[in-house]
Amino acid sequence: RQLRRNGGGGADGDDSLYPIAVLIDELRNEDVQLRLNSIKKLSTIALALGVERTRTELLPFLTDTIYDEDEVLLALAEQLGNFTMLVGGPEYVHCLLPPLESLATVEETVVRDKAVESLRKISQEHSPVDLEVHFEPLVKRLASGDWFTSRTSACGLFSVCYPRVSSTVKAEIRQHFRTLCSDDTPMVRRAAASKLGEFAKVLELDYVKSDIISLFTALASDEQDSVRLLAVEACVSIATLLPQEDLESLVMPTLRQAAEDKSWRVRYMVADKFSETFVSLQMYLCFNCIHSVLTIWLSDLCLLCPVSEQELVSDTNQHVKSALASVIMGLSTILGKDNTIEHLLPLFLAQLKDECPEVRLNIISNLDCVNEVIGIRQLSQSLLPAIVELAEDAKWRVRLAIIEYMPLLAGQLGVEFFDEKLNTLCMAWLIDHVYAIREAATCNLMKLVEKFGAEWAQNTIVPKVLGMANDPNYLHRMTTLFCINALSEACGQDITTKQMLPVVLKMSNDQVANVRFNVAKSLQKIGPVLDSNALQTEVKPVLEKLATDTDMDVKYFAQEAISGKHFTLINVNKLKMAIIKSEMHFNLLVFTVLVLA
Amino acid sequence: EGRGKDPPHLVGIHSVFCPFSADIISTVEFNYSGDLLATGDKGGRVVIFQHEQESKNRPQLRGEYNVYSTFQSHEPEFDYLKSLEIEEKINKIRWLPQQNAAHFLLSTNDKTIKLWKISERDKRAEGYNLKDEDGRLRDPFRITSLRVPVLMPMDLMVEASPRRIFANAHTYHINSISVNSDHETYLSADDLRINLWHLEITDRSFNIVDIKPANMEELTEVITAAECHPLQCNVFVYSSSKGTIRLCDMRAAALCDRHSKFFEEPEDPSSRSFFSEIISSISDVKFSHSGRYMMTRDYLSVKVWDLNMENRPVETYQVHEYLRSKLCSLYENDCIFDKFECCWNGSDSAIMTGSYNNFFRMFDRNTRRDITLEASRESSKPRATLKPRKVSTGGKRKKDEISVDSLDFNKKILHTAWHPKDNVIAVAATNNLYIFQDKIN
Repeated sequence: RQLRRNGGGGADGDDSLYPIAVLIDELRNEDVQLRLNSIKKLSTIALALGVERTRTELLPFLTDTIYDEDEVLLALAEQLGNFTMLVGGPEYVHCLLPPLESLATVEETVVRDKAVESLRKISQEHSPVDLEVHFEPLVKRLASGDWFTSRTSACGLFSVCYPRVSSTVKAEIRQHFRTLCSDDTPMVRRAAASKLGEFAKVLELDYVKSDIISLFTALASDEQDSVRLLAVEACVSIATLLPQEDLESLVMPTLRQAAEDKSWRVRYMVADKFSETFVSLQMYLCFNCIHSVLTIWLSDLCLLCPVSEQELVSDTNQHVKSALASVIMGLSTILGKDNTIEHLLPLFLAQLKDECPEVRLNIISNLDCVNEVIGIRQLSQSLLPAIVELAEDAKWRVRLAIIEYMPLLAGQLGVEFFDEKLNTLCMAWLIDHVYAIREAATCNLMKLVEKFGAEWAQNTIVPKVLGMANDPNYLHRMTTLFCINALSEACGQDITTKQMLPVVLKMSNDQVANVRFNVAKSLQKIGPVLDSNALQTEVKPVLEKLATDTDMDVKYFAQEAISGKHFTLINVNKLKMAIIKSEMHFNLLVFTVLVLA
Repeated sequence: EGRGKDPPHLVGIHSVFCPFSADIISTVEFNYSGDLLATGDKGGRVVIFQHEQESKNRPQLRGEYNVYSTFQSHEPEFDYLKSLEIEEKINKIRWLPQQNAAHFLLSTNDKTIKLWKISERDKRAEGYNLKDEDGRLRDPFRITSLRVPVLMPMDLMVEASPRRIFANAHTYHINSISVNSDHETYLSADDLRINLWHLEITDRSFNIVDIKPANMEELTEVITAAECHPLQCNVFVYSSSKGTIRLCDMRAAALCDRHSKFFEEPEDPSSRSFFSEIISSISDVKFSHSGRYMMTRDYLSVKVWDLNMENRPVETYQVHEYLRSKLCSLYENDCIFDKFECCWNGSDSAIMTGSYNNFFRMFDRNTRRDITLEASRESSKPRATLKPRKVSTGGKRKKDEISVDSLDFNKKILHTAWHPKDNVIAVAATNNLYIFQDKIN
């Protein structure tokens, strides 16, 4: 085994070398897939070659394979992050730096990022001496490289070596980072901005105040908005590092300025990160448990809110607004009941009346946060019109989305409010002209019954559902069957046998074949809920009659139900044939919709 | 040398002659350093020329441009849904700022934009385990040791590889592509829409301008060109067939249907004619390197606009005013719809644009002097100085002048490019590429 590891082998050849030889040769195969396979088994190759040859032969070869396809390079970059033991342990880990350095300069971002990730990983395996002798010079080379690809990669490496180097080297690293923050190319400034928060975390507090804040301020007022918006992101981690007395003077002005930025993209980012930023401020305060400070800060927050929040709410750009709508609700838990009622409630109400359905939807879908703080009654007055409007929106996807929130809302509002205001809406969806809405409405009913119980179902929705069985439109009659399918289990044996079953059985005489075979399917579906007496005396005769129906599809489904086979797939062609054969005159449009649905 | 002074004395340093119609050059573009020059042609090919380093033998020339790489960028296609042929002709090439040792460019035909990487390779891996040097297979059971491939130097090889294909976003013909100064996005414009792309994302683009009317019968104008501002990543302009230019600010909203600035010169009622609208259509718009000005080309003139003044251009240069009397016949032979491009020199002090009869025009913005030069094989032998040409408009024709009636309208110079730093220009005359530089005495 030792011999094989050293690649020696006996004079007569070693057949165990063959697979490795194939792997090595396939590193240069014309087929990308084979090359990729070989790269993924690089550790096997390295193991066979032994640490010495891996260092002196394999790694130099790999360093120059940066011409390859992205996916091969990506795999290579990833492999090298786990290669320390294969080159001889931490003592030799620096041998991995040259190939990763060249991978860190390729144009493909995913490859570069992976190379940086691996470099960060192996930096931990460097001894403090090696870090200064090998790793830190590499970071410097990348940071002062001619091409911006290498400089962007450098940005991600400062934070991993900073804590472990001497103070002179630390000063150099800080200088390099400063230089990159004011690089000529926006690509590098963006990379620096996105690593600002991370770098701040490893810096000594004095340098955070002296260096990072000025860099943060400079990046947040960069000429390119693509850089400014990344600086906003850094705000979150910087805020957690600073003592509270400095936050107002060091971070807030920049944040306020960003909230008023001319570019909608930057304002969007502020809106998106708003609660996150405040949570980080808040966490710091909780940590210190200083009540008085907390009070002061809360009032500061409220002072800030009317300025920035209201400006954002009246923002004419709908992207900003809908992002804000989704986070604004999160603020209520932070601000508490009184502040929420005073400052946030007017904003919610304004947003509920917004012309853009997405904004309204974002507010409604996050209502539970507010509910916890102030109770839903407070909102219901304005909430209801907004919901009704969404429920009747011309776009069926908007209607669909609001249906999905119904069970949640019902839980929050309670049964009384629901019966009074929302029940009619839920029933109206059952006769929507879009199949997806009818289907969702059926599912919604099932969830409501699960929430409010069988008795409620019996009194409020079952009569309405069963009433539709006499509707002149066969699609509505079928909806009755679909509802019964969905509700039977939640309603229990009693209601199903006494109220639903007679209606289903009556429908077996429907003129439309589609209704009749759906009766057969319903009977199969609700069968398990019924008692055996009803099954034998009522269901079986009807199914047997349907099994002799003139329509072959009705026959088919009735036989399926009798034999008890379980199936769910509806063959669209069968449905089409059933419609054509049926003697009814259909509105062409209606069955096109049906078939498509 | 000639920068900021009179139009330079140009000498020919290179010309390429290709006799096939597929070789009609359809775009010319220097990269950011000027070391590379890319041309696209009607046959979908891209040819890249590289500036050779100065040689001591011929000190009078700063260096020639030689073919560096040639590749087929686009192939003819057929849209089966619309029963339309998609030509392979390269409409535009734009270089990306250099990001590593390789060079990248975007090329587009009517529908599809491609990102190409042009890279060099000078090492080759040698040595297989299962094969001998001469390619014979070895007995797999006789392998006594493992060989790791060794990299050996080889002759320089230039490879062009397609990196990304940005397709299916344009219903109409793409007329412009422009890389944004944020280095991560670019825009592409067709007759009615402008899309914004991220250079790394091919399956999604954002529509930022849409001028398509609900009813196509109400269509009165189309987008003719679009370009990103060279410094401000949020600003771009687009020109229209009505002779107007709109400047949009992407900070204001994600959709830029509403412009921030509207550049239009009031029409002179005295010169109004049947052709007014056609000849006012803008065929090209280019920002100056400084970002302060932009230049537009219409059929008869080049105009320079200050971005801070919307109501009229600050400078207007007549390119071939003598054609005004011939518009009727130019309309009949469709030449009136030719799309001439224009370009700035590196310091924004001079501009260049093409004309007919293989003539091209240069204007010095400081001295207001202009010159007409001819790109032809006869008059531009390597290292021969170009002579100014003149078109006679009156009855009497002086010696060396050429009469308006004898201009050849089939020989048109639509595409020109100016080196970003030096006085080196590239002029595409149908299927010939001429490269001139100013003379060193």
